[in-house]
Amino acid sequence: MLAKRIIPCLDIKDGQTVKGTNFINLRQAGDPVELGRMYSEQGADELVFLDITASYEGRKTFTDLVRRVAANINIPFTVGGGINELSDVGRLLEAGADKVSINSSAIRNPQLINEVASHFGSQVCVVAIDARRTDVGWKCYLNGGRIETNKYLFDWAKECNDRGAGEILFTSMNHDGVKTGYANEALVTLTELLTIPVIASGGAGKPEHFRDVFLTGKADAALAASVFHFGEIKIPELKQYLCSYNINIRL
Amino acid sequence: MNVAIIKYNAGNIYSVEYALRRLGVEAKITKNMEELRQADKVIFPGVGEAANTMNYLKNSGLDKFIKSLKQPVLGICLGMQLLCSHSEEGDVDCLGIFKTDVKKFMPIQHEDKVPHMGWNTITCTKSPLFKGFTKEEFVYFVHSYYVPICADTVAETDYILSFSAALHKDNFYATQFHPEKSGSVGERILKNFLSI
Repeated sequence: MLAKRIIPCLDIKDGQTVKGTNFINLRQAGDPVELGRMYSEQGADELVFLDITASYEGRKTFTDLVRRVAANINIPFTVGGGINELSDVGRLLEAGADKVSINSSAIRNPQLINEVASHFGSQVCVVAIDARRTDVGWKCYLNGGRIETNKYLFDWAKECNDRGAGEILFTSMNHDGVKTGYANEALVTLTELLTIPVIASGGAGKPEHFRDVFLTGKADAALAASVFHFGEIKIPELKQYLCSYNINIRL
Repeated sequence: MNVAIIKYNAGNIYSVEYALRRLGVEAKITKNMEELRQADKVIFPGVGEAANTMNYLKNSGLDKFIKSLKQPVLGICLGMQLLCSHSEEGDVDCLGIFKTDVKKFMPIQHEDKVPHMGWNTITCTKSPLFKGFTKEEFVYFVHSYYVPICADTVAETDYILSFSAALHKDNFYATQFHPEKSGSVGERILKNFLSI
């Protein structure tokens, strides 16, 4: 049976791992390649590296980092941040990434999803969606949560699915960094709506939150950052815990 | 040991090269037939679309050449599918080492998402590739097409239905999953291939 995936996410700025709470107040958490290797040895199923540097130099540093990750790590990894066009995708795949995650650029130019899928295959194309629950429903945001758009989570996710995305990485901005659990209600709607896997992000604080995101939220994978970076949750123990609830996990 | 990776427009060539390097093996990435012929082991990787890739192999003469190889050859993912007779992906005739067709996954229920992507177990393993395996191990898959169980099946995986996770016939070995991305289990499989 296909295993549910545990995915540590590393936010990268100028070649270093950082993690913020509610998308602000960045804190340092170590060397990305070393962290990635440690997670892989502990049983992480995949890794995500998000480049939050905006500058040209930063981008080049990040591509070099992708190459180092590919050389050192023996599990699949996704990279994202600053991908605006097809050539960015080609550059990162060539550096050794298995998948790319596109976010703001997909909202600005939805056709990019079709292009990435038809050029490199759907399996390469992860669309990340940052959304916040408002009085009028789940609204999508741009630029790391700074700009509200006129798109709604469920419509946009379905459109991404239909355009050829291979996975949806949904971050609930209401839950991100506050460690009170994932947005399971929205997740279960998403997983029932879509025909592609959904990665849940935002809200992990305890092992129970991972159990609930799989059993209640029906997510295919759960992503988290600071609980892993600061050792609050250890992956081997988390996986044992999930197994005890009969969740199919790779041990 | 002289290991060669067939160079063509496949997506995972460098991942395979890196994986071998982690095992202490410097592989040569080449489409030079003389170099490939002289290698002790040849790896035929593959991520991409079947019909386009077959077209490329035909135009470069690699199609007939690959079939003529006598040393152990390891096909990975699309590489495995191209070693079969025919693929539904682009309705294309392939190399025909393994006498079986490649079919598209047909979801039966909502949970059956295609591509089959992630970690899944391999069972019924019977090939030198899986030497030393004592339990069901997880390996990493990404694919939308599958090879049904056939005479050459040497490992099975269950997703939507039981399909071939690995094939073996004569000097040709193949895995549907990605050993280069399958952690320490994948490393063991690559090591086993290198010591055939």
